[in-house]
Amino acid sequence: METKSIMIVGVGGQGSLLASRIIGNVLLSQGFEVKVSEVHGMSQRGGSVVTYVKYGDEVSSPVIVKGEADIIISFEQLEAARWLPFLKKGGHLVTSTQKIDPMPVINGAAVYPDDIIEKIKAQGVDVIAVDALTLAEQAGTAKASNVVLMGVVSKKMQFEESVWQAALEQCVPAKFLELNKKAFALGRAAE
Amino acid sequence: MKKLMLGNEAFARGLYEAGCRIASSYPGTPSTEITEEVAKYDEVYAEWAPNEKVAMEVALGASIAGARSFCAMKHVGLNVAADPLYTAGYTGVTAGMVIAVADDPGMHSSQNEQDSRHHAIASKVMMIEPSDSAECKEFAKAAFDLSEKFDTPVIVRMSTRVAHSQSAVELCEREEKELIPYTKNAQKFVMMPGNAIRRHPEVEQRLVDIREYAETSPLNRVEYNDTKIGVIAAGISYQYAREALGNKASYLKLGIVNPLPVEIIKDFCSKCETVYVIEQLDDIIETHCKKIGLNVHGKDTFSLLGEISQSIVREKILGETAEFAEFPESVPVRPPVMCAGCPHRGLFYCLSKLGVTVSGDIGCYTLGATAPLCAMDTTICMGASISGLHGFNKARGAESEKKSVAVIGDSTFMHSGMTGLVNIAYNASNTTVIILDNSITGMTGHQQNPTTGKNLKGDPAAAVNLEELCKAIGIKSVRVVDPYHMAETEAVIKEELAKDEPSVIISRRPCALLKYVKHNPPLRCDHDKCVGCKQCLKIGCPAISVHDKKMTIDHTQCVGCGICTEMCKLGAIVK
Repeated sequence: METKSIMIVGVGGQGSLLASRIIGNVLLSQGFEVKVSEVHGMSQRGGSVVTYVKYGDEVSSPVIVKGEADIIISFEQLEAARWLPFLKKGGHLVTSTQKIDPMPVINGAAVYPDDIIEKIKAQGVDVIAVDALTLAEQAGTAKASNVVLMGVVSKKMQFEESVWQAALEQCVPAKFLELNKKAFALGRAAE
Repeated sequence: MKKLMLGNEAFARGLYEAGCRIASSYPGTPSTEITEEVAKYDEVYAEWAPNEKVAMEVALGASIAGARSFCAMKHVGLNVAADPLYTAGYTGVTAGMVIAVADDPGMHSSQNEQDSRHHAIASKVMMIEPSDSAECKEFAKAAFDLSEKFDTPVIVRMSTRVAHSQSAVELCEREEKELIPYTKNAQKFVMMPGNAIRRHPEVEQRLVDIREYAETSPLNRVEYNDTKIGVIAAGISYQYAREALGNKASYLKLGIVNPLPVEIIKDFCSKCETVYVIEQLDDIIETHCKKIGLNVHGKDTFSLLGEISQSIVREKILGETAEFAEFPESVPVRPPVMCAGCPHRGLFYCLSKLGVTVSGDIGCYTLGATAPLCAMDTTICMGASISGLHGFNKARGAESEKKSVAVIGDSTFMHSGMTGLVNIAYNASNTTVIILDNSITGMTGHQQNPTTGKNLKGDPAAAVNLEELCKAIGIKSVRVVDPYHMAETEAVIKEELAKDEPSVIISRRPCALLKYVKHNPPLRCDHDKCVGCKQCLKIGCPAISVHDKKMTIDHTQCVGCGICTEMCKLGAIVK
C-alpha cells in the first residue's frame, strides 16, 4: 500500500499529542508500519504545533511535506489556513470551528482572517467543520476537543469503530475513559 | 511484542535491555524523555544532575566502578560536558559508558544548531547515529558492547526527528550485567601528564581499530538498487533520502559516524555514477570523502542550514516539486507565548514598564523577549544572564548597575548561574539578579531539580534553600516577591536597583501548569464597564483579546491568576 499521511495541527496545549497517539495505535493494530512525529519544547508553549502520522507498507521519513497529507485534522481555524498547503489534492480537511487569537492579533500587529472555512472551501478543498469545543464541553470538559475530532475523523477512515475504542482504552487514563468515549461518540455523530 | 515508541523511549528501552545500572542527565529538548523513561525501570538508578558536566562525571564514575552507565544531554549540553568528555576519551572505561547527545537541526527548541559530530571528532570518541526508534534501541545496546570492546565512551547522536518520532519497536528481555570488580588502576584513571602522555597513543590506536571495525560493522550497510544515483547518509537524512528516491537510488547508510570508514565508501562510490552525501548541518561526511579522494556532491546541492526533508531531496536530485493549494490571504504567525497564568508574566511586565536592561537566560522566561513585553536584551546560554550582566556592568559602570537586571530560572541558576553570582559577590559589582523560581524545570516539560524537594522518581529529596545559598555566597540583600502582585514586585525591583550593593530578588510562584497548582475560576469582562482601552493587552496574556472594542477572556485558557485586574483601572475584569 502507498504511504498515507495525516497531519494534526493546532495550538500548543490543545492535546495534539494524545490525538496522534490514538491514531498511531489504531494504525499499528491494523498491521501497518507507522511513524508519528511530534514537536516538544518551546513551540509547545501556545505556539502553532503540528504532529505527523504516516502509515503504509513502508514508511521512511516521519515528516509530511507540502502537498502530501491525505487528511489534515485542525483544532483551530487559523491553523487550518496555515497548514493548508500540506494537503494533497483531493485530501480532506477536518477542522474545529474554534478560534484562538495568536499574540500578533492580540497586539493588533496582524488581523485574524474572516470566513476562513469558506475561503478554504473556495479552493476546492473538502472541508468538514465541527464545533468540537461545544461538543467537548457537552462531554464534560473543553480539553476533550481532541477526542471529539478523533470521532469525526474516524468516519473518514476505513477502520471499525471497535478499533478506535480499543485505542482510546490504550491511550487514555482509566479515570478519564468514560468522558473521552462520550466525546468520541459525539464527534462520530456530528455533521 | 511490537510497541509504538518515541525514539527517546526506545533508547531508554535499549539501556534497560543492555543492563545499564546508572543514568544521570540534565534535561534538554530533544533529549529529555530518554532519562525520564529509563527512570521507570526499577533496575536502573536514574537521576537529574544539576548540569551536564556533573551528569557525565557521574556516568564516568559509575563506569570506573564497574557499572554500565549512561548520561543524556542536548547538543549545547555537550559543550558544558566537553571537559569530562575529552579526558574520558583518554581514560576509557571499565564497564560500558554511553552518552546520548540530541542535536536540534532547525532549532525547534534551541539557541543554535551546532553539529555534535565535531565534538566526537575533536575528542576522538566513537559516535553512532540511529535513524528510527527500532534503531534507537538496537544502537543503545550496541553502544555498550562497543564501549567495552574498544575501551571508550560511545556517543549516540540523536536528532529532533529521531528523538520525537514514534515507530514500532520489538521488546526484548533485560540482560543483567553484574558489577565488574573494582581494581585501582591509577595509570589509566589518574590523568596527570605522566599518565596521560601514555594514554594518548592508545587513543590514536583505538581510532585506527574502530575505523577498521567500521569497514565491516553491521551498523554500516549498503543497499544496491539503481546505481545511477548513490546516496551516502546517516540518521534521519537516510530516511528522507529513502522516502524521496526509493529504489531509484542506492544507499550507503552509515551507522558509525566517527570514525568514518574508508574502503566501503570507496567501494560504494566506484559502483555508483553520481554520489550525493546527504547530511544535515555540517559537511562532515562530505569532507571525509573528499579527503580520501572521492568526487561527491554535498553542500554544493544541500544547505548547511536547518533540516532536510524528502521534498528537498526530491527537488535537488530529481528536480520534482509538489502541487498544493494555498490560503488566499496572509496568515498571522503564532509564536510561542507564556501560558495564561504564567508567573513570569507579572515580573516581565514590571521590567518592561521600568524600561531596564534585561540580561536573559535559557528557559520559558526567554519568552519575556517577545511582544508585547519585549523585556530582554540578551540570551546566550545557560547561566550567561548573571555572569554576562556582571561584565556589562563592569564595562558601563554605576550608571548601568542602576538600570539593569539579570533574570534566570531556578533550574538554570542551579545549573550554572550560581557560579556567576559568586563572581558578582567576589568581584563586587552592584548587580541585581532576579531568580524566577517557579519550582520546576519548565520548558523541557516539568523536571525536578535541586530546589524542588523531589528527585527524578518524584520521591522527597533535599531542597536547596535559594535565600540561604545566595546569602552564603555573599549577597546580603536577598528579597522574595510574588509576581502575581505586580505593584509590590515593581517596588522591590526599584529598591534593589537603587542599592549600592549586589542583590538577589527571588520571584517565587509555581508554574501554573503544575498538577498541584489550584486554579481559580476563569475571570470575565463586565462589558458595561469596559471602554476598550486595551490596557489589559499590555501583559500579553493569550487568554485576553479585544473584539468589537470590548475585552474578552477565553474561559478555556484563563486560570484566574488575576494580574489583568491590576491593569484595569475601571474594575471591568470580574470573577
